[in-house]
Amino acid sequence: MTDPLSLAPILSPDDRPTPLFADPDLTHEQRYDAFVEHVHGGQKVEARDWMPDEYRTSVLRFVEMHANSELMGVLPEREWIMRAPTLKRKLALTAKVQDECGHAQLLYRVAEDLGKTREQMYQDLLDGKTKFHNVFHYPTKSWGDVGIIAWLVDAAAIVAQQALRDSSYGPYARTMKKICWEESVHIMHGRDVVVTMMNGSQAQRDMAQEALDRWWGPLMQMHGPRTDPAKDRDLFWRIKEKTGEQLRQEFLSTYVPRLWEVGLYPPDKELKLDEASGEWRYTEPDWQELRTVVTGHGPKSQERLDFRRLHHDQTAWVRQTILATPAPA
Amino acid sequence: MTTDKTPSEGHVDDAGRLGAGADPDVWEVFRQEKDGEPMRHAGNVRAPDRELATHYAREFYSRRNESVRLWVVPRTEISDLADPDLLQPPLDRSFKRPGGYVMRDKLDAAKKRAAESAE
Repeated sequence: MTDPLSLAPILSPDDRPTPLFADPDLTHEQRYDAFVEHVHGGQKVEARDWMPDEYRTSVLRFVEMHANSELMGVLPEREWIMRAPTLKRKLALTAKVQDECGHAQLLYRVAEDLGKTREQMYQDLLDGKTKFHNVFHYPTKSWGDVGIIAWLVDAAAIVAQQALRDSSYGPYARTMKKICWEESVHIMHGRDVVVTMMNGSQAQRDMAQEALDRWWGPLMQMHGPRTDPAKDRDLFWRIKEKTGEQLRQEFLSTYVPRLWEVGLYPPDKELKLDEASGEWRYTEPDWQELRTVVTGHGPKSQERLDFRRLHHDQTAWVRQTILATPAPA
Repeated sequence: MTTDKTPSEGHVDDAGRLGAGADPDVWEVFRQEKDGEPMRHAGNVRAPDRELATHYAREFYSRRNESVRLWVVPRTEISDLADPDLLQPPLDRSFKRPGGYVMRDKLDAAKKRAAESAE
C-alpha cells in the first residue's frame, strides 16, 4: 500500500507543468521573462499559447517569407514542365512543383493561425511588401538549371529546413518535418538529373557546368551575410537554431565533395576546406547583389510577380464561386 | 504590450470547445499510416466546406500514398482539455504506475525469511 502521506500535494506551484507565462495574474514583464525562459529551455510554443508580440511578429515574418518562397519558387521550374526531356522527368518535375505549392499552403496555414489572413499575405507579396528567397529571382536558361536548382537550391534550403524541425514554434516545427521529408525526394531527383547529364555527351556536361557557374553566386548568397548571433532575434526566440554562416558551411561540407566527385567545379578559385579550422574558405559573396535581388530588382523579379498577379486575377472567379454563400433555397 | 490576436485559432469556450471564435473554415486532419496504427494529428487545412476540405486533406496528406485513412474534423468541434488541475494534479500518483512499487529490499527480506523458516 502506498504511504497515505504521499497523497498530499508534493509539487510546489513552480514545479507544475503549466508554463508560468500562461498565468494571467502575472505582470506583462513577468510573463515575458517566463516566456523567454520557456523557449530558451528548449520548450515549444503552440498557436493558442500566450506569446509576446515580439515573438508572434518574428515567427509570422519568418514563416510568411518561407511560404512566399515556396509559392514563387515553382515559377522558374514550371517553365520546364513542357520542355522536360522524358515523360519520367516531366512527371517528377510536375510532382515537385505540386509539392512546393503544397508547402506554401501548409506554411500559409501556420502563418494564418498567428493572426494574418492568407489574402493579406498574398496581397503583400504581390504588392512587393514582403520578400521571397533570392534564388527565385533568376532566369532558368537550360535543362541543366533545372537539375542544379532541384539538387543544390533544395539542398541549401534543406540544411536550413532541417534545423527548423527544432523550432520553438511547435506548429512550424511539425510542418517542417513533413516538408523536409518531401524535399529529400527533390534533392534525389535533382542529383539524378545532374549525374545523368554528367554521364552524357560533352555538350551535356558543359551544360551542367554552365548551370553551376550561373547558380553558384546566388547559392552562396542564399543564407545571407555573416551576422552577430547575439543580435539575431530569430535565434534569440529559437525560431531557428543556426546562423546563416553555419548553414552555408554545412551546405559546402556536404555538397562540394559531391560536385567534385562527378567532375563539376564551383566557379570560385578561393573555395577550399581549411583543414586546421574545418571551415570552408570562399570568395566573399556579392551582398549588394543579394540586397538588390530580394528587394524586387532581380533579373526576373517583376516578371515573376506579374505572372503571379495575372494568375491571381484570372483565378479570382474560382475563389468567388467557391466562397460565395449559397442563396437560400 | 501584448494583444490577444486570436482570429484564426480561436479560444476554448465554456463548453470546452477548442475553436470558439475560430475561423470556421479550418479543418484539422488526422491520418493513419498503416492499418492498425493509431490516427495521428497531421496538420490542418482551410476550406469553405467539407468536400473541399477532404480534397485538400487528400492532396496534402496522402498524395504519396502515405496514409490509409484520413479524418477531417472542423476545428470548432474539437473539445480541448489542457487544464493541469485536471490532467496533472500535483499529487503523488505513483501507486497507479508499475514503477510505484519498489519491493526489492522487501522481497529480499521475505525470501531470506522463507529460507530461514524452511531450514
